[in-house]
Amino acid sequence: MNTIVLAIIIVTIVGLLGAAILVAAAKFMAVYEDPRVGEITAVLAGANCGGCGYAGCADYAKAVVEGKAPCDKCAPGGAACSAAVASIMGVGASTGVPKRAMVACSGSNDKCKQKFDYQGIESCAAAAMVSGGPSACAFGCIGKGDCVAACKFDAIHVVNGVAVVDRQKCTGCSACTVVCPKHIIFMKPLEEKPVVECSNKEKGPIVMKECTAGCIGCMLCQKNCPEGAITVTDFVASIDYDKCTGCGICTEKCPKKVIYFVDGKPKTAPNEAAPAEEKAN
Amino acid sequence: MANLFFIFFSMILVNNYVLVKFLGICPFLGVSKKLDSAFGMSCAVIFVMVLATAVTWPLETYILDPNGLHYLQTIVFILVIAVLVQFIEIFLHKYMVALYNSLGVYLPLITTNCCVLGVCILNFTNEYSYLEALFCAAGSGFGFMAAMVMFSGVRKRVDAANPPECFKGLPITLVAASITSLSFMGFGGIMNSIFGIAA
Repeated sequence: MNTIVLAIIIVTIVGLLGAAILVAAAKFMAVYEDPRVGEITAVLAGANCGGCGYAGCADYAKAVVEGKAPCDKCAPGGAACSAAVASIMGVGASTGVPKRAMVACSGSNDKCKQKFDYQGIESCAAAAMVSGGPSACAFGCIGKGDCVAACKFDAIHVVNGVAVVDRQKCTGCSACTVVCPKHIIFMKPLEEKPVVECSNKEKGPIVMKECTAGCIGCMLCQKNCPEGAITVTDFVASIDYDKCTGCGICTEKCPKKVIYFVDGKPKTAPNEAAPAEEKAN
Repeated sequence: MANLFFIFFSMILVNNYVLVKFLGICPFLGVSKKLDSAFGMSCAVIFVMVLATAVTWPLETYILDPNGLHYLQTIVFILVIAVLVQFIEIFLHKYMVALYNSLGVYLPLITTNCCVLGVCILNFTNEYSYLEALFCAAGSGFGFMAAMVMFSGVRKRVDAANPPECFKGLPITLVAASITSLSFMGFGGIMNSIFGIAA
């Protein structure tokens, strides 16, 4: 009986002593933490995707409170999230058109030729090191799915040898743009504006040998764009989305049909746009 | 003195907690993916193992043993180690921010880890003196670090490999761990030839 009492007493004393030490420590050694850090963490998307460039949502919240990061970096949270963060921080929300990832390559297996049969490590980063990857096009998608692995939202998939973004699921965190060894994934504003789905900087005849879905740098889109929004540099067209109005003339003029709409319908529906859009999706 | 070094090195090579005694497998598999996190975790383990031994040894020797309460060892040790780690975390956050930033994330992970508790209890199984117990704890910590750092290298190679679908992830990691563990069995005779004492 005595041993039981002694055991109970000793464990209780040790427990109480420990509790007292922790309570005292929490009281006297408390470190002031800005309550806004917790509030901001609560309104963020909470996916810990790292798209903002910080280690996680809590890390980003801390950076916002310390004034090191802007309020609108949380792409998965969207405009509502940046407005909530801005109101906690007491500043006006900066609004912008939301962006979605876009793979600037449409060279699927039936369109783009293969230089050799790659049987190494199943990773774009590894495949890209073997003479630039198995694809005949040195600029195009390798299709080993490094971007698929990087996506936290299941929004990007390799379909028929080329990565395709599901623009409904994509949150615009841009994690995939970082891992792509070919740097062909870019952030396109979610507007009714066309996209050039090719990154090949070779001259026209070389592109034609490599891939049937390549931009040959014919300049037709640049010449016909009423807004001057398209420029062809290094034999590949690029669209300035600040100038583009989404008229869709370029989608009609492009002889290789590598410019087309991916977000919504064009404002003035061109004849070619409908089938092209199906292809994109 | 030779005895202390014997204990220290035998804890690293012959009686390695992770690879020979199979304690602390959860942080071993969980945090060994990257070299820097494996290293940070190991530093925290060394720190906590030595401090936990420093506190639990007097507790057992002067309070539990004289009263015949040896059987309370496990529950009291867990209680004390948990309080200690929490206290260290608060203390570091307040006074040593640099150390807190590098160790802070790992401290709660090893609050009542089996290898920390294992060190404290095995010190009494082996009937070590206070100094011997501290050396044993430090050796166990460094042994943990050696295993973690080595295994993070192994995992880097395993990640680049393309194993069959059913082996991907944890299974192939466990196979790799067992092979690493096998290699540590080769150290069995080394302590005898260096110190002239059977391990």
